[in-house]
Amino acid sequence: MTEPLLQVRGLTKAFGALRATDGVDLDVRGGETHAIIGPNGAGKTTLIGQLSGMLPPDAGSIRFAGEDITDLSAPARSRKGLARSFQITSVYREFSALDNVALAVQAHAGHSFRFWRPAHADPALREPARKVLEEVGLGERADVLAANLAHGEQRQLEIAMVLATGPRLLLLDEPVAGMGAEESQRMVDFLATLKGQRTIILVEHDMDAVFTLADRISVLVYGRIIASGAPDAIRGHPDVRAAYLGEEA
Amino acid sequence: MILVIEQTLNGLQLGVMLFLMAAGLTLVFGIMNLVNLAHGSLYMVGAYLTTFFYQQTGSFALGVLLGLAGTLVVGIVVELVALRTLYARDHLDQVLATFGLILFFNELVAILWGRTAIYASLPPALTGHVELFANLRYPLYRLLIIGIGLAVAVALWYVVARTRLGMLIRAGASNRTMVAALGVNIRLLYTIVFGFGAALAGLAGLLSGPIYVVQPGMGELILIQVFVVIVIGGIGSIRGAFAGALIVGMVDTMGRAFLKPMLATVLSPSAADTAGPALASMLIYLLMAGVLAFRPEGLFPSRGS
Amino acid sequence: MRLSARTWVLVAALLLLAAVPPLTALAQQPFYVDLFRRIMIFAIAALSLNLIMGYGGMVSFGHAAYLGVGAYAVGILGHYGIHDGWLQWGLAAGASALVAAAIGSISIRTSGIYFIMITLAFTQMLYYLGISIEEFGGDDGMRLGQRSQFGGLVDLAEPVSFYYVVLGILLVFLVLGHRIVHSRFGRVIQAARSNEPRTRAIGFSPYPYRLAAFVIAGAMCGLAGALLVNHTVFLTPEFMNWTRSGELMFMVILGGMSTTVGPLLGAAGFLLLEEMLKNRGLLPAWVYEHWELYFGLVLVFVVLFAKRGLASLIPSSGKAGGD
Repeated sequence: MTEPLLQVRGLTKAFGALRATDGVDLDVRGGETHAIIGPNGAGKTTLIGQLSGMLPPDAGSIRFAGEDITDLSAPARSRKGLARSFQITSVYREFSALDNVALAVQAHAGHSFRFWRPAHADPALREPARKVLEEVGLGERADVLAANLAHGEQRQLEIAMVLATGPRLLLLDEPVAGMGAEESQRMVDFLATLKGQRTIILVEHDMDAVFTLADRISVLVYGRIIASGAPDAIRGHPDVRAAYLGEEA
Repeated sequence: MILVIEQTLNGLQLGVMLFLMAAGLTLVFGIMNLVNLAHGSLYMVGAYLTTFFYQQTGSFALGVLLGLAGTLVVGIVVELVALRTLYARDHLDQVLATFGLILFFNELVAILWGRTAIYASLPPALTGHVELFANLRYPLYRLLIIGIGLAVAVALWYVVARTRLGMLIRAGASNRTMVAALGVNIRLLYTIVFGFGAALAGLAGLLSGPIYVVQPGMGELILIQVFVVIVIGGIGSIRGAFAGALIVGMVDTMGRAFLKPMLATVLSPSAADTAGPALASMLIYLLMAGVLAFRPEGLFPSRGS
Repeated sequence: MRLSARTWVLVAALLLLAAVPPLTALAQQPFYVDLFRRIMIFAIAALSLNLIMGYGGMVSFGHAAYLGVGAYAVGILGHYGIHDGWLQWGLAAGASALVAAAIGSISIRTSGIYFIMITLAFTQMLYYLGISIEEFGGDDGMRLGQRSQFGGLVDLAEPVSFYYVVLGILLVFLVLGHRIVHSRFGRVIQAARSNEPRTRAIGFSPYPYRLAAFVIAGAMCGLAGALLVNHTVFLTPEFMNWTRSGELMFMVILGGMSTTVGPLLGAAGFLLLEEMLKNRGLLPAWVYEHWELYFGLVLVFVVLFAKRGLASLIPSSGKAGGD
């Protein structure tokens, strides 16, 4: 039995008296799409923050691909193959879509202490960036300034930047947040194409997206995982219904 | 030994003066998120106005009162006219705009009172020495400064910890949007806090007049030291300002007094002669670098912000 | 190849600068060679600050320190009888790079207001160091015995030759600066300023890049310091005064941050304004005797209302990443 790609044990993070993450254990297997759901304020973004390395945990451990990464910085984790998208769109607004993705490519193309050759004309950066943009459906918009992209397009750009780093594990924090029905559907369809090829941890509120994409679901309430398993099992779980799904399922 | 005690008292005196300046600056930064380089100008205004009023009225008490009141007025005018627009701007803008204010005030003071240093005298009653114990005679005025400084520290602690205004200040320091959302008149609060800071700076200025030089640009000399105090103590924290001020005051004074003789024991006299003062003047910055290496937030960082 | 309007302005400005010596010789006004040489030297210093502040978002309030280090490197070597220009200027840049590495390694671990205050404090430290070393003039400063010597290559005592040397260095640094900003390295620096969390998330650790930029900027400014001391033939610790740092920052802002032509426009604007306000022939006494008063107000005004600087008046190419 191979070790899970991501193994989280006893992760804890408190802000004063508030335990945002309260002893979380989590296993994510290679190739699976694992959704994390939970009511607002459950601590989902805090969890992602700790997994990506932006937020240091108070206690607990995180193992990725057999290696303890608990003390690794965010850039180091990215270089190990762990990529994260942000809930509130976080792209480079003054750069074009292409340049945004090119930067992500550049981050994984060795060191960047190169001072002479112009980066925007470098095919080693532009070609892979263009390919990824086309994959996510933004090929036409490559030269548009990120600030001028529609909200949904910016979310697509986020995903493109995540993919451009060639990750083994994608941490997606509410990828369809703020998107209309049609855009959401397109994003979900796209993410579905990644299923199986990549390992994805998906934090989401949109239940349609979750049940379409997830192989397994974990439910986070007040910082604790109260249930974890296949979508049908979660749908029927009494605690989960009580805490969260209510009439939605 | 006598020398050590004397220098300790000197260090304490410098420390409380730095505290008076640092408290105002750190409050303004913690609550309004405003970097105010012109804080040193208020210090200068305090010194000048007090000297002026003392000379005009012949009464030291009146000079101090009017000087303090005058600085308060100048501070509030500056806040209303120039600084309000800066609250929303980023720190670079604040630094540069208040830097422009420094140039303005330095020149204004030079226009009114000339560029050369003016003499700030003490009333005869305060010029004496006090016999502390055998062989140690210490200037009365400096003891007075220490006393006033400590009294202000206690008063400030009381206001911040025990009064409603203090509660608003602490709340504002950790979450200013919340305080505004709760219906508190934020503009008034800001003006009051700034006035507080201006008065403290003016007090420091008028106290320093008789000891240090009163001349255009005097504010900048102490301002940098105040920055060091705040960085060491923790920006936004009055407790930090107090601790930082005492530490810096002591280190600087002791360093200047004892580093050269200490070095002379290991180096040649001429080398110690150069290295001593040079190292002494760098001491507080090295200290700051050291503190930052281990605790970048300072020794007593204020929570929040 | 289509060039943006800003590039044309830059080219025009450089051509104008090249034409100053022959033009002033014709008009018999050699003072202007001096003035424009001074402008160019400060343009170089402003350019170096723009690299880290404009593009990198690192508001260094201590940049004048490197003017001082560079000047003192030349002055100190000269004091001990070493006048070789290559050695002096090499040391100016090298020592500045070292000092920048030392200061930067500590300062860059902080950000925001802490960074501003710390860089300020370190500059003051160097300033006091300069004041306290009597051997090199203390706070009176010292005179340069002779200018940096370059053998038969060029004689810096000859104003026009020196002028063209400075112009040449300005040109080289403009090109260098432009290449650095648009290189992969420059991309990281700009990215870190634009959105630091995103930059960390894709795998960049900003610290080493920022430190490198800081050191490069320091070295460039150190060379400007060497040029400055050759220009004034006198050096004092005032070269490193924090108010000088403030002036450099204003030049960068006045010209337009994160543009190539900005530093030149800013240095010219700043120094020409200063000259104008001080001009006895042009303005009444109540202005020129207290020109600092009005200068201070102008600076406040620029920050509050004209923050995007002179370069923003010229259309750019619209390409992302500046210029």
